[in-house]
Amino acid sequence: MFDVNGKKLTAVLAGLVATLPAWGYQNQSSYNMTQGVTPVAHEVYALHMIIFWVCVAIAVVVFGAMIYSLIAFRRSNGAVADRTLTHSTKVEIIWTTIPVFILIAMAIPAAKTLIMMEDTRNSEMSIKITGHQWQWQYEYLGEGVMFYSRLSQNSNEARQRGSGIDPATVKDYLLSVDHPLVVPVDTKIRVLITGNDVIHAWWVPDFAIKKDAIPGFVNESWFKAEKVGHYLGQCAELCGRDHGFMPINVDVLSKEDYAKWLADKKAAAAPAAATALNVSAPAATAAVAP
Amino acid sequence: MANAHTPADQGKYYVPHGSPWPFFGSVSLFVLMLGAALTLEGSDSIPGSYVLMAGFALIFVLFYGWFGKVIEENQAGMYNLDVDRSFRMGMMWFIFSEVMFFAAFFGALFYARNLSIPWLSGEGAKHATHALIWGSYEGGWPTNGPLKLGPHADGSFEKMDAVGLPAINTLLLLTSGVTITVAHHALRAGNRAVLSIFLALTFILGFIFVGCQALEYHEAYTERGLQLGTGIYGSTFFMLTGFHGLHVTIGAIMLTVIWLRTLKGHFTADNHFAFEAVAWYWHFVDVVWLGLFVFVYWL
Amino acid sequence: MAHAHTHDGVNHLDHSHDDHHHDKPTGIGRWLYATNHKDIGTMYLVFSLIMFFMGGAMAMVIRAELWSPGLQFVDPLFFNSMTTTHALLMIFGAVMPAFVGLANWMIPLQVGAPDMALPRMNNYSFWILPFAFTLLLSSFFTAGGGPAGGWTMYPPLALQAGTSFPLMIFAIHLMGASSIMGAINVIVTIMNMRAPGLTLLKLPIFCWAWLITAYLLIAVMPVLAGAVTMLLTDHYFGTSFFNPAGGGDPVMYQHIFWFFGHPEVYILILPAFGIVSEIIPTFSRKPLFGYEAMIYATASIAFLSFIVWAHHMFTTGMPLAGQMFFMMSTMLIAVPTGVKVFNWTTTMWKGSLTFEPPMLFSLAFLFLFTIGGFSGLMLAIAPADFQYQDTYFVVAHFHYVLVSGAVFAIMASVYYWLPKWTGHMYSMALAKTHFWLSAVFVNVLFFPQHFLGLAGMPRRIPDYNTQFTDWNRVSSLGGFVFGLSQILFVIVIIQCVRGGPKASAKVWDDATPEGLEWTVDSPAPYHSFETPPVITEENTHPSH
Ligand code: HEA
Ligand code: HEA
Ligand code: CUA
Ligand SMILES: [Cu+2]
Repeated sequence: MFDVNGKKLTAVLAGLVATLPAWGYQNQSSYNMTQGVTPVAHEVYALHMIIFWVCVAIAVVVFGAMIYSLIAFRRSNGAVADRTLTHSTKVEIIWTTIPVFILIAMAIPAAKTLIMMEDTRNSEMSIKITGHQWQWQYEYLGEGVMFYSRLSQNSNEARQRGSGIDPATVKDYLLSVDHPLVVPVDTKIRVLITGNDVIHAWWVPDFAIKKDAIPGFVNESWFKAEKVGHYLGQCAELCGRDHGFMPINVDVLSKEDYAKWLADKKAAAAPAAATALNVSAPAATAAVAP
Repeated sequence: MANAHTPADQGKYYVPHGSPWPFFGSVSLFVLMLGAALTLEGSDSIPGSYVLMAGFALIFVLFYGWFGKVIEENQAGMYNLDVDRSFRMGMMWFIFSEVMFFAAFFGALFYARNLSIPWLSGEGAKHATHALIWGSYEGGWPTNGPLKLGPHADGSFEKMDAVGLPAINTLLLLTSGVTITVAHHALRAGNRAVLSIFLALTFILGFIFVGCQALEYHEAYTERGLQLGTGIYGSTFFMLTGFHGLHVTIGAIMLTVIWLRTLKGHFTADNHFAFEAVAWYWHFVDVVWLGLFVFVYWL
Repeated sequence: MAHAHTHDGVNHLDHSHDDHHHDKPTGIGRWLYATNHKDIGTMYLVFSLIMFFMGGAMAMVIRAELWSPGLQFVDPLFFNSMTTTHALLMIFGAVMPAFVGLANWMIPLQVGAPDMALPRMNNYSFWILPFAFTLLLSSFFTAGGGPAGGWTMYPPLALQAGTSFPLMIFAIHLMGASSIMGAINVIVTIMNMRAPGLTLLKLPIFCWAWLITAYLLIAVMPVLAGAVTMLLTDHYFGTSFFNPAGGGDPVMYQHIFWFFGHPEVYILILPAFGIVSEIIPTFSRKPLFGYEAMIYATASIAFLSFIVWAHHMFTTGMPLAGQMFFMMSTMLIAVPTGVKVFNWTTTMWKGSLTFEPPMLFSLAFLFLFTIGGFSGLMLAIAPADFQYQDTYFVVAHFHYVLVSGAVFAIMASVYYWLPKWTGHMYSMALAKTHFWLSAVFVNVLFFPQHFLGLAGMPRRIPDYNTQFTDWNRVSSLGGFVFGLSQILFVIVIIQCVRGGPKASAKVWDDATPEGLEWTVDSPAPYHSFETPPVITEENTHPSH
């Protein structure tokens, strides 16, 4: 029931939000969360809007009562204190139980979304992502394709102190990379995230994925982009001096374009990448291939 | 109370009038910590170890001076029952804070055994961890981790067995728990001879425990390939038993001081906060050991 | 429990001195060797104010750097060390010592005791602090600069630090020791030093809040000490607590840290709850509504705070069941906190309200803390937190609860009790100006940070994409004005210490302040209750 309401609410709001100016991040307003381009992202956005409006509703009631008191019971208005009003078990019970129900109502859709997010089964391909200080490494498991991705050259120049370059003139300042991650549209992609030196976090708002890249451990997540496009993200865990300068780009291509890209990549880099993979993950490919 | 006409007699809560010791204590801690930091960083310009030594010296003076003052006041009968109760409550909560300090390290042990080791070896929620990174690691306990950290080139080490020294140590501490209780009863009954004998027994047992612990460490380091750097097993083993050993040492020193005080005729059947505080501390050290024996040596 | 106390003279052992020496110690010795709870309280409060300004100055560096995209003033590493030490100074240097200072001043007065139970330890717990912060801040002058791994000090990053590393760790050990001693003193004073007849259920609510806070402190500060000790041994002695190669886990640190860290945030707010629970009834001229419910709610919050820690770690890849558990337990905290908010509101209901500075700050607390609580609740929803985590949405959340929550409550309490401390009234006009500037600009400062976070700006970055410029500029502007208006606070205090209209014993004569502290003169005499006061219905909180 809550779900249905939530969806309606979301639809209305989505319409509202869409009319606001958007720039920089795709689908991005400058004051609300992105609606995203994956099923999970839509769920998360809907959930976000539900809990936001629930909070607003509670705020209206609670702040309403406060403001009313401030106006109605001011001494300058001649209010006289009723010093007998000191406790009431009845109202205590009421205002303890009502919030419990509200919370349960919020927890149910939240739990559903959480389960959906954690379900990495039936993925169609796997990509291993490794965070380094300060760049990302992508390995297409079972494909022998591997490359690094770091802050694009023009952003890097502009960001130096005293560079004299106006960030406004740099396209996607601090958000663009030299080699974006490339993936096919409408494909369930499992990402296996780890760190090389310190903890980083791989975050692409439009996919509603944020997972820590922890050295020595591999975290899993997944996404299924519904729209072809160029999506931006950033490292979301303090990882040292250049934490602010290791963005993430994902190019979602049509399946055909992706196949072409992959073939090119393999042809160009097959020998080198294969060795690299073998070195870093001897037993990996067989066990993890989807 | 012993003396007549003391403030304590009049039901007054004794409030000291100003004391240099706490400030002195803050300076001591500062010197100690600075010394430790400099030593660890291997600073050349200021020899850290000298600063560290100076810090320890100051701490020693601090305890001597501050506690000496408190003892003096107590002997003079300045403290009434309320002051006594404050001291007691203070000591209890101090011991509770110590319990929580150990809890952090026990927590690390449980986390490693029940979560991180299984994950690294491919069990549970993070099987990709094993598949992608630690392919050949089998886990289990004891372990020094997938890269088999430790002094031996092949990464081998032996864990400590529960039988042998640790069992003897358990016995030592349990016995010392009994002896201190006997001493306490003797104090209440006014039997000074039994008091000082059993108190002496208690700290002697304590120091023997520390000696055994040293033997055990020696064996671990030289024969078993078990060192602080022997992976998570070595880390948890030495940090838990090490901090415990440190507490036993402190406790035994405190017992010795108390014993010297009994020889000087301090403490009466109904006024012996310091004795009881040390006894509680000793029991706490005992209980922690039981936890160690079960979770570090045995299971 | 019979209480009174001795003012022995210079020589404690000389009983010929009578009990009526009221001479204050003078000179520097009065402060260095202090055992008087009021002197120590004053030192705590002054220290806290200094730390607030230093931490605030660091925040101003942060806000200045974030004024526009592109690196303006500082190196990224220095920026990170500003963020890190800003937080450490504000939390451990400003807010916690302020609460301990208030406890020192008010608890003996509120329970009718001669002093704190353990006066020398009281001095010790204070004087450790300046030394601890000297240690911490001295790291800025070492190779590699100050600590820059965030106040949470996550390994492996924290282990990459230079000489600042051991200095920071040992400073934290000292701060922990100080807090534990402070907490023990509070517990013992409240449990052992109450005037006869002052039963626990007549205890002023501020004492109750502090009592529960003190238990939290004793339970979690040692855990923090353990966590940073493990960092230390991992760094210098080759242990593997947080090193997967040896079987450890970097995330294990986070569990231990947040087992401390979450109760810590309630340590930073429960005394504030206590403060507003004193002030709102006074200026509503009505007893606190639901006194007992307030105590139970505080206790429930404290209890729950031990089982919610991993809501800071949703993105670390916890197993699903863990995420579910921590999400739901965290959400539950809204219930007792709600009870408190409702009780405060109902206290004003059918009251007779006036708006003196303490009341104004308490009201701002009421509104703005609740907003911070709502964003906390949103963060607790794990799937949504994946989007919020480590963005400015989180920064907005915790500044609402910390600045317009904890700090505003501290300011409220200072405005409430300052005349009791100094014996003078302060300038109401100036204090109200301070209030309005603070209340307006704290929102200009932190509200836009919600937008920034939702729009995708990560926290702990010195530079950002141009799409974030506008809101950052608004936030920085708010920050500068908010910061500058704090100078008024200091002016009000200094003026009031120096002089002003004489304050009566009750100070707020036309309101109904309750509690023993209002039965003594203003300024409160150097020595508090020498003979235990007689407890009556009028001078305690009527709980029924
Ligand atoms: C004073 C300090 C303080 C307080 C009181 C709180 C209170 C709360 N906090 Fe906050 N928090 C911090 C300080 C604090 N926090 C800090 C410093 C951080 C960041 C640390 C770091 O990473 O550096 C943080 C981060 C933080 C996170 C992690 C975010 C992330 O990193 O991703 C979460 C997630 O659950 C969270 C949740 C909550 C909740 C649920 C409350 C609840 O207690 C709030 C409860 C209150 C209300 C809900 C409002 C009043 C209630 C009602 C009016 C009743 C009706 C309401 C409903 C039924 C909804 N906090
Ligand atoms: C009680 C705790 C507390 C308090 C009071 C504050 C107060 C303030 N905080 Fe802080 N803050 C934290 C706790 C706190 N903060 C924590 C825990 C973090 C996280 C750290 C981390 O990520 O590790 C953080 C992080 C943090 C950030 C994010 C940094 C980052 O992620 O990179 C920012 C950015 O705006 C910020 C700003 C401010 C501002 C503007 C204030 C203002 O309220 C300060 C106002 C006070 C003054 C300004 C001082 C008084 C006035 C003067 C000194 C006069 C001179 C004034 C001028 C020159 C204008 N804080
Ligand atoms: Cu990588 Cu932050
Ligand atoms: Cu928390």
